[in-house]
Amino acid sequence: MSTYPAAPGDSPGRLGGGRPGPSLPDLMAGGTFVVLGLAFAIGGSRYDVGTALRMGSGYVPIALGSILTVLGLVIVVASFRGVDPTVANADRGPIPWRRMGLLLGAVMFFGFTVRGLGLGPALLVTTFVSALAGRETKPTQALFIAIGLTALCLVVFVALLQLRLPVLGEWLGG
Amino acid sequence: MDGILLGLETALQPSNILICLLGVTLGTMVGVLPGIGPTATVALLLPITFSFDPVASLIMLAGIYYGAQYGGSTTAILINLPGESSSVVTALDGHEMAKQGRAGPALATAALGSFFAGTVATVVVALFAPPLAQVALKFGSADYFSIVVLGLLASIALASGSALKALAMIVLGLLLGTIGQDQFTAVPRFTFGVRELYGGLDFVSLAVGLFGLAEIIRNLESRHNATLVTKKVQGLWLTRDDFRRIRMPVLRGTTLGSLLGVLPGGGHVLASFASYSLEKRISKTPQEFGKGAIEGVAAPESANNAAAQTSFIPLLTLGLPAHPVMALLVGAFIIQGITPGPNVINDEPELFWGLIASFWIGNLLLVMLNLPLIGIWVRMLSVPYSVLFPAIIAFASIGCYSLSLNPWDIFAIAAAGLLGYFLIRWGCEAAPLLLGFVLGPLLEENLRRAMIISRGDLSVFVTRPISASLLALALVIVVIALLPSVRQKREVVFQGEDD
Repeated sequence: MSTYPAAPGDSPGRLGGGRPGPSLPDLMAGGTFVVLGLAFAIGGSRYDVGTALRMGSGYVPIALGSILTVLGLVIVVASFRGVDPTVANADRGPIPWRRMGLLLGAVMFFGFTVRGLGLGPALLVTTFVSALAGRETKPTQALFIAIGLTALCLVVFVALLQLRLPVLGEWLGG
Repeated sequence: MDGILLGLETALQPSNILICLLGVTLGTMVGVLPGIGPTATVALLLPITFSFDPVASLIMLAGIYYGAQYGGSTTAILINLPGESSSVVTALDGHEMAKQGRAGPALATAALGSFFAGTVATVVVALFAPPLAQVALKFGSADYFSIVVLGLLASIALASGSALKALAMIVLGLLLGTIGQDQFTAVPRFTFGVRELYGGLDFVSLAVGLFGLAEIIRNLESRHNATLVTKKVQGLWLTRDDFRRIRMPVLRGTTLGSLLGVLPGGGHVLASFASYSLEKRISKTPQEFGKGAIEGVAAPESANNAAAQTSFIPLLTLGLPAHPVMALLVGAFIIQGITPGPNVINDEPELFWGLIASFWIGNLLLVMLNLPLIGIWVRMLSVPYSVLFPAIIAFASIGCYSLSLNPWDIFAIAAAGLLGYFLIRWGCEAAPLLLGFVLGPLLEENLRRAMIISRGDLSVFVTRPISASLLALALVIVVIALLPSVRQKREVVFQGEDD
């Protein structure tokens, strides 16, 4: 449905136009699995492995991490052979880096400040920053959205549901 | 019989009816919002339910789930934006009907079909869950290990994308489930010295990140704008001819859905697809399908709802979640101090039967609520996405934080959202990961216990008859799923699901 061309790095098909090459989504997915599998397997080997009879804390993570690594490698190898039809058919725009950054930043900000600033101010900033990620949202509109949503959330969660979350945090003397 | 009476007694308590009503209403309200599927709805509303006692909170959750299912169908019919794969099929003919000015009958068909299917499936659950639970009580650790393996592998067979990636997502989910203190030795694993992670990753955070945040980022990718067909919702009632046409499809959809819903890993998705293709195949006018055939709404909606109900069977008898929403319910059970599984029916009969009775009451409330209130739901649809997604972020953050006042639960949302977005973009489905995450501890616990009991002899899994037959079944499923001819058929069945 979106008609603009995808950036080369986002191409759901093969790299480099018509030339045969690895299917990028498969390659990336497989690579991610290999990295995570190795991370868990290596991390798991720091713990007591034990024996099959008495498995230590490291046994299962090492086993599963190794399985994930192998699966990732198989997916990487398979990526050179063909394109996964489910991905090739998907209609994808480019990765929305800026919007993604705003959203993740907004969530992280909430985590870092909800205790210190309290629910009210933390929420106001979080909703404002995430609203900025909207397709055509201008900063003033984002501010209105943020104020409205913060008020709504305070009514729902603090007044109605009576969650014991301080509206103003310790940094603000709440 | 006593059980059902006890259940009705529990579910018909005014406070429980009220809670069921609240759940159904909230579920529909959130579920109808474009781009939010049942899983995201349940995950977002989960924190609210924890302020009630166990019975009430699970009744509310079940209500939320049905409401969300129904809301999803409404969105699919009116704006052709199915929130989750199970209502993709409904959108095919439902949205065509809406474009022809028959949105009312389409919505009514969905509601009535779902109600009928829900009623039948509730009886199925009440009949089959107790004897199955008795069987499950005989299961040893090795058998449990094998049935978890079976459940996980079956979910691959039913996943729509690449089987290999689905398997990898399960293993990744299992690995994420090992984060936190080891249940046997109390050694903290993969916590990097962060005390807040000793309890493990919060499953609500993971679900909200994967199905909420990742989905929002995905929606912000494209400039695709949904077309709203709301002005034409009028004349809800079905004609006599409509009734005649939907009678058999509803019946067949219900049967198919009740059977397939028990399958782990998204039987409800398969059910709606299968019943649609069945109707198309046996119809005398197959060319009408895709152009607004009312049978194309009736059958998948009934199948979907029947399956939604019977998917409680593996949850209530074995503690095995059949799909992500059930996985969330497992988490809810555990937070309430109840271990889902065969013991629930004996230890908590009030909860077990109350839940089953409230299934039916929830379905009844849905029909009574949704048809008259359709105007309100339509208005919910017109909430612009630029307001909607900051609201989801806010609700998700507050909800997860309020559970245990742990900022790391919020960081986990961001991490799960980031990982989930990229993996989904690269053609991996999020549902197997969540299933693996929830079942991971169960798998490890039973594996280690079985090994201790068998003195480290791995052959215990093939010498115990129950375990051996379960593993054999799992093997058969995987082989079938990987057969080239089946794979091709599967691709045909799941075609168009990724739109």
